Amino acid sequence: MLKQIEGSRAVAEAVALSRPEVICAYPISPQTHIVEALSTLVKSGQLAPCEFINVESEFAAMSVAIGASATGARSYTATASQGLLFMVEAIYNASGLGLPIVMTVANRAIGAPINIWNDHSDSMSQRDSGWIQLYAESNQEAVDMHIQAFRLAEELSVPVMVCMDGFILTHAVEQVDVPSQEQVDAFLPPFEPRQVLDPDDPVSIGAMVGPEAFMEVRYLAHVTQMQALDLIPEISRTFEGAFGRASGGLVRSYRTEDAETIVVALGSLLGTVKDTVDELRAEGERVGALGITTFRPWPSEEVRRALRGAKRILVVEKALAVGIGGVVSLDVRVALSGIDQAVHTVIAGLGGRPITTTSLHRLLRSAVAGELPETTFLDLDRGLVERELARRGAKRKSGPHAENLLRDLGAVAVGPV
Amino acid sequence: MPFQPIKFYQAGSFVVGNRLLDPEQRSVQSDAGRSNTLTSGHRACQGCGEALGARYALDAAMRATNNRLIAANATGCLEVFSTPYPESSWQLPWMHSLFGNAPAVATGIAAALRVKGRHDVRVVGQAGDGGTVDIGLGCLSGMFERNDDVLFICYDNEAYMNTGVQRSGATPPAARTATTEAVGPEPGNRFGQGKNLPMIAMAHEIPYVATATVADLRDIEYKVERAMTFHGARYLHILVTCPLGWGCDSADTILVARLATQSGLFPVFEAEQGEITAVTKIRQRVPVEDYLKLQKRYAHLFGKSARPDVVALLQAQADRNIARFGLLENQPVGAA
Repeated sequence: MLKQIEGSRAVAEAVALSRPEVICAYPISPQTHIVEALSTLVKSGQLAPCEFINVESEFAAMSVAIGASATGARSYTATASQGLLFMVEAIYNASGLGLPIVMTVANRAIGAPINIWNDHSDSMSQRDSGWIQLYAESNQEAVDMHIQAFRLAEELSVPVMVCMDGFILTHAVEQVDVPSQEQVDAFLPPFEPRQVLDPDDPVSIGAMVGPEAFMEVRYLAHVTQMQALDLIPEISRTFEGAFGRASGGLVRSYRTEDAETIVVALGSLLGTVKDTVDELRAEGERVGALGITTFRPWPSEEVRRALRGAKRILVVEKALAVGIGGVVSLDVRVALSGIDQAVHTVIAGLGGRPITTTSLHRLLRSAVAGELPETTFLDLDRGLVERELARRGAKRKSGPHAENLLRDLGAVAVGPV
Repeated sequence: MPFQPIKFYQAGSFVVGNRLLDPEQRSVQSDAGRSNTLTSGHRACQGCGEALGARYALDAAMRATNNRLIAANATGCLEVFSTPYPESSWQLPWMHSLFGNAPAVATGIAAALRVKGRHDVRVVGQAGDGGTVDIGLGCLSGMFERNDDVLFICYDNEAYMNTGVQRSGATPPAARTATTEAVGPEPGNRFGQGKNLPMIAMAHEIPYVATATVADLRDIEYKVERAMTFHGARYLHILVTCPLGWGCDSADTILVARLATQSGLFPVFEAEQGEITAVTKIRQRVPVEDYLKLQKRYAHLFGKSARPDVVALLQAQADRNIARFGLLENQPVGAA
């Protein structure tokens, strides 16, 4: 049913339609509206049977989900940013144990400095955690992806992170088609766990494994994720057949057929990228875009196929691997190994800085002109950085740098000097 | 026919002999049909108090639940010595996730059972003192506060034994560990630190809190059975001798634990809804020296450079416990 609805609320409804049996919640912006809505659905009896547990930390949230999932209950939680980092030990544990938990990550920057706005630093930090990572382009896709995520997770016994841009998607009110319970029930079968804690058939789960089998256990996780490369498109096709719209999948190309320049991006940024592509196309430039819908497992072949014809690739990333630059662009380079192409890393939108069509337009123009360096920081205020570097050079006790930069901007009062 | 004198108490313990009891009062361990939840063949040290305590506690829990029990285990000695896969010693559904999350995992198990309507199956969480009082305290407090239907058992051997005897928040003052060595002007663990987890549990006003030791194994069974009559969060804190970490003879596991109670250093009691309801009285009060001298972790308090001043501080701690919990006969409960 078409609704004018907030992204978080729509996701909460999609999760509820997936009939989770245990939901654990800990508040953190910009995720909180999702679990608030779910809490109401459970407390009012609209979502039943379901246990909604207010836990004392994200670490506990994931741990409760682990216990519940191992006991055969479909388990869900949501988090963001610092919360994701606080549960990291349990995140690795959930994937190591092969527990099909689904978690929404409302993407947000990681401090310090503390910042509540959107970028992808949080989920990118967990790219090697063994979780499948899906990135939603729109609220409609976020809704659809959650329903697909439960099916994917449970079929493979692998946990799935559905990443949606904090605020940009979670707090945006727009038209979303929220499916009916009948549709979701027909698409998503009940959870049949591979392993379950049951007095009728006692097993030990989570025992110590030494050098004799540890590599094989880890390799098994890799094999399972590789299987997801086949299953994710299959589930996406089945979904399209049942619900009448394309959502999910591995990658999505936009006007790349004859493109010389292709922009690679994840999540909600793709909307702006596509608009910019249209602008440049109108000006006669052969540009296109590639959306990475599934970041883990990395769809290397699909990325290579989509990008191999282009002369240059711009990977626009909302995360920074400090000390090297891009995160996604490294994977793109691996996918394109042996092909003579220029791959540019563009770090953009950190901590919620807007990525505008104007900036993207200028960026693409400079790329087409062959003037773009290998790594670019989009709309970086270099003057601000230079001033702080000068301060550091001038005296040892230059003070807290973030506060210095804010003072330079006039964002905080100038104290006694 | 030679005369066989009746022995009311087994050698070295105050436990009444089973054969003098009515069958229904006999211990779980004396029942040939016991579940052997932590079965033989595991790799615990000789004289391990934790293995002993866990076997008694879980067998009692299994009997109390008609074998409908699931366990969540923290990382630690108990997890390591029992499960180098596939050699699991556990005869019940058992899960190990992480060091600090066993109470939360247990909450998750309980939630799943509740949502599936499996009300006959109960949940026990277990950890050592590190997994309980330190790294797991946040999750444990959350589990208590929500009153989740979990019995959590702490096997307290008063230090991080699995990693090689480092200090925990349950390490007593003056005890030598690998991170509180017996050097300097204040040898061993510092005074004025550490936390009393049974009291912290009581402050949550959960249905049932109890302490026990491996010196009184029948008491462990009783308290587990009692705990299983309640629903909601329950906490059992069992003092378990660690011959390796404490530096005592592995044959003295029971004796050392008993001296901990008889000196007053470890009070044994039960509490319901935050109020103490029963205290195990001291039968033969002993000075703390009797307890300390059997353990190398206190060796620096005796001998050539003896520290009677430090021993006196420990004695004062025992005296305070005795007054606070009313541990002597004819002393009312809570008479401080």
